[in-house]
Amino acid sequence: MTATTDAAFSTQKYLQSRARWSPIEIVFWLATLLPFFLFPNYLSLASQIAITALFALSLDLILGYAGIVSLGHAAFFGLGAYGAGIFSKFVWGEPLTGLVVAGAVAGIVGYATSFIIARFRHLTLIMITLGLGFLVHELANSAHFITGGADGLQGVRIWPIFNYFRFDLYGYTAYSYSLVVLFLTFLVARRLINSPFGLALQGIRENSNRMPAIGANSRAHIRKIYTISATIAGIAGGLLAQTTETVSLGSIDFQRSADVVVMLVLGGVGQLYGGLVGAVIFMVARDQFSGLNPQFWYFPIGVLLVAVVMFLPGGILGGLSRLTARIRRRWS
Amino acid sequence: MTAAIALSTRGLNKRFGSLVVASDIAISLPRGVRYALIGPNGAGKTTLINLMTGMLKPDDGQILLGDKDITRLEPQHRVKLGLVRTFQINTLFPNLSALESVTLAVCEREGIAPTWWRGLSSFRAATDEAYEILKSLNLANDCYRPTRELAYGRQRLLEIALSLAARPSVLLLDEPAAGVPKDESQGLFTAIAGLSQDITILFIEHDMDVVFRFASRIIVMVGGRILLEGTPQEIAEDPRVREVYLGGRDG
Repeated sequence: MTATTDAAFSTQKYLQSRARWSPIEIVFWLATLLPFFLFPNYLSLASQIAITALFALSLDLILGYAGIVSLGHAAFFGLGAYGAGIFSKFVWGEPLTGLVVAGAVAGIVGYATSFIIARFRHLTLIMITLGLGFLVHELANSAHFITGGADGLQGVRIWPIFNYFRFDLYGYTAYSYSLVVLFLTFLVARRLINSPFGLALQGIRENSNRMPAIGANSRAHIRKIYTISATIAGIAGGLLAQTTETVSLGSIDFQRSADVVVMLVLGGVGQLYGGLVGAVIFMVARDQFSGLNPQFWYFPIGVLLVAVVMFLPGGILGGLSRLTARIRRRWS
Repeated sequence: MTAAIALSTRGLNKRFGSLVVASDIAISLPRGVRYALIGPNGAGKTTLINLMTGMLKPDDGQILLGDKDITRLEPQHRVKLGLVRTFQINTLFPNLSALESVTLAVCEREGIAPTWWRGLSSFRAATDEAYEILKSLNLANDCYRPTRELAYGRQRLLEIALSLAARPSVLLLDEPAAGVPKDESQGLFTAIAGLSQDITILFIEHDMDVVFRFASRIIVMVGGRILLEGTPQEIAEDPRVREVYLGGRDG
């Protein structure tokens, strides 16, 4: 009996240790505060990075954890952006309700399309996500009367947060706001990954053929995570609309869908932080390289992408964790 | 679910184009019996398991679990009703630990797998049960390691552990010892023989020593048909079986 209790105790400890915050994580989140002190002139960029990181996190939930490759995820980002923008224009400019609207619009469309998504796999699935992405882009383009089409959505005015924190020119409020939303959403995602549902998602990724044989309804799981992912992507889009007070077709186009996949792969798929790290590298690289040569800034990104997928399975984070494991082994 | 027959099929047919893989299969497995399903390669043994578990749809015929017609049910719903299988080729979760894998299967059975707002560690009963299942199959020491790092024979045991987590009333084992050295396969079958007598078991196996030792009844399949069904002794003495299967190829 004692053996059972001991064993049960250690299984318990094992599961808790999986979910425990590591010192590196705490350092990471503290480091997100550095731009306030070190780069006060780059807070607008920092805000864009936080928003993009949130978008990449939403993709990681379906790609990294459930194995659903999407080339049309910008559809949900864009729906959120237009949702928040149009809401502020025609209803009111209160930002938090606007963000709820952004998440809800994307989440509802995500839920509706999830019934298609859950039925297919592999190339078929990728093509469906791509096609749905094009579809939503064209809708936004042709609904000129409400979205502004290629001219972009003008006239977005956002009230101060809590009627107090005004969106300033330097992006101080914008970055604070984006960072808080990113962090809170990250907490939700982290909890989700360490839940029974998160384990089921990993089961789908690891071996979708086994899932029905253990009685799992994989389609229901996929519908659920796709809806959650779409909602988070929508919130990210809503943040962009609110902090920049404009929405362009660029928020919903194929380029954005492709970029976010690149970021996630660079950072590392299925590790929660991969999208965050990838977004930082990608956005900073774009900012720096496009300053040097605006036409060819994808060149170094391309080189980096090829190098990472060839030599660093698990992306930059996967490479780093292998490196630290090796160092630890040498020192112990 | 107190019927004497745990699982039965009636007139089950399946063809791929002109190839008949199951022809008029009618079997009935009484509760608690250990059945071996034997037959030469390509006889349709795995196909029969695929049909019974819903991974393949029959062209016609009926499958009953107890008294319940399950012919049209999706595979995962059959598992929920207690009809569970393992795979000839390891169909596991390579990067999950054995404990995570079996915990997942327990969570799916208990209907807590959709829960996403509570941590896994708060479902203590599920992890404890998973640990007990692994311990009963001698996998306790390996339960924290990723599945891909386990020795092949241990992975075969994990196949069975996953199926047990679904609390089967009928367990279909597709060559549980496939690829395992002969000296280890005895241990594997001893573990299978030690499973609860409430579970009806059908296993596919090529090693006749193992079949005769662990099966209480044997079904012989040839060319998508049931050739014969009987006790090990009846099967061993049947001249048709000797010809097509036991001694046919070696002379």
